[in-house]
Amino acid sequence: MTDTTILSLHELSLSIAGRRLCHQLSLRLPAGQCLGILGQNGTGKTTLLHTLMRLREPDAGRIELNQRALAQWSREELATHLGILFQNSHDAMPATVLEIALMGRHPHLANWQWEGNEDIAMAREALAALGIAGLEKRDIQSLSGGERQRLAIATLLTQRPRLFLLDEPGNHLDIAFQVQSLQLLRSHVQTHNAALCMATHDINLAARYCDQIMLLTGDGECVMGTAAEVLTSNNLSHAYGCEIRSVSTDDGRQIFFPA
Amino acid sequence: MFARQQWGLLLMLLALTVLGFLISLSSGSAGLGIGEVLRQLLQPDAGLQNQILFDLRIPRSVAAFVTGALLAMSGVIMQVLLRNPLADPYILGISGGAAVAALAAILLGLGAYWISQAAFIGALLSVLIVFGLARSSHRWSATRLILTGVVVSAGWGAIINILLTTSSNNSVYSMLFWLMGDLSQSRVGGFGIAVLASGFLLMMYYGRALNVLSRGDLQAAALGVPVRRLKLILYFTASLLTACAVTIAGSIGFVGLVTPHMLRMIGARDHRILLPASVLLGGSFLMIADSAARTIVAPQQLPVGVVTALIGVPVFLLILRHSNRHVQE
Repeated sequence: MTDTTILSLHELSLSIAGRRLCHQLSLRLPAGQCLGILGQNGTGKTTLLHTLMRLREPDAGRIELNQRALAQWSREELATHLGILFQNSHDAMPATVLEIALMGRHPHLANWQWEGNEDIAMAREALAALGIAGLEKRDIQSLSGGERQRLAIATLLTQRPRLFLLDEPGNHLDIAFQVQSLQLLRSHVQTHNAALCMATHDINLAARYCDQIMLLTGDGECVMGTAAEVLTSNNLSHAYGCEIRSVSTDDGRQIFFPA
Repeated sequence: MFARQQWGLLLMLLALTVLGFLISLSSGSAGLGIGEVLRQLLQPDAGLQNQILFDLRIPRSVAAFVTGALLAMSGVIMQVLLRNPLADPYILGISGGAAVAALAAILLGLGAYWISQAAFIGALLSVLIVFGLARSSHRWSATRLILTGVVVSAGWGAIINILLTTSSNNSVYSMLFWLMGDLSQSRVGGFGIAVLASGFLLMMYYGRALNVLSRGDLQAAALGVPVRRLKLILYFTASLLTACAVTIAGSIGFVGLVTPHMLRMIGARDHRILLPASVLLGGSFLMIADSAARTIVAPQQLPVGVVTALIGVPVFLLILRHSNRHVQE
């Protein structure tokens, strides 16, 4: 039975520039599950992800990864268990697609060590899974926005973290690739005993792939629970400050849209 | 995968370095040709030719190689640190500080030894000033660093102009040579070689981390790179390398900017290849440029900085054109 807890938050409080983003937040994310973080612009989705990545410190409360306090992990060690997909990537310097995917192996290698055949095989496998194996020799500057996003996801898969943090995973991807990439990440998480947190604007994407939802409403309030509990027209209309309705599809799925 | 092609590149550059040494050793006004140089190297005798080779030519060639290597490596590091392809070893004002101190030493009529000591101290002073000004309480950003460097450079530039316009003709001539970069008085001691070797090893140790850092600070931190510490190491290593280069030969332009670019364009993107490649290419480029500086208008000598620009500009433009076409295909 895969009942290990990957991530847990204990009474976590966060604020940015004096504004309270969340207050005494507690949560447990077991292996194999996906957590969706929803909320209006500026409610702190990205800040929360960066805090989970320990790129910033919380005001109060405790974060545990693999049942060990986040503060006790070294940066190097953390990178072998925790991987993040950022909203934007910077590509000022030339590098090929395969070289970038291989950077996911960086935390797993010692200082003088070169990437071995095994690492290269992992990177190629991830590129193939995202459908960009044919681009491996291309320079990143020649890629389209969608290809770059798929490369970023492939790099994250090559890193093989226990906890995946995704900031707007659907950015630059068309509908087909959004579904395909999230399907892939979800099944990876389920087969590898990992877990996933994604911050997104896309309610329907979250409804489709997330087991738990954290809906930030601003001012430190937050609705949490299973996707079915949290994602209701009432909750969403309140959180986004505009009326949101839903319809049921013929296969019983809820689709949300602004009225 | 990439390894075979890139080891080939390093071997080619090694061959170029050997060739560069031979060209450098056999050019000059004494009419000591390549055949004579090889004979003296293999079977040294006690003649005048032997003296010219071992006392004049070899030290100068070594100085040229070490200076070129220091500048090229410093250029690689600055470009990663500032994540700006236009960065060169002098972008943070190191050469300006060195120049002001060196020019002051020339003005005081001090000898070559004191001029280079003054340059080293001036360079370090500038490094500390820029570092102190650019460091703010929470963030140490590339933009802030570049802006500080550029402004401090402008300040040094003003002082340099004051020194040039108020000095006697005689010392202005030496000053101009120093400013353009000149190897005719250059000797490199154990210190310069030790700095080159230890800087190289340190950077190779962080080679893979440099690859990751060039994708951005956040991405690098997420992949476990200690970004803040690494950037401090990069700043001070690049500064020390540049300070040494400036101390040996004045401010020779172009080598530090162009060498890393040329190598990246022909495919050396991985820093574990780029660093040794830039040491070899920067070193041989400067040796060959210095040979040209000694022979183009012999028996007069040109400042080598002029020649690096004269050779470097067309070669760089050619490679740029070629690589553009390559991308479009």
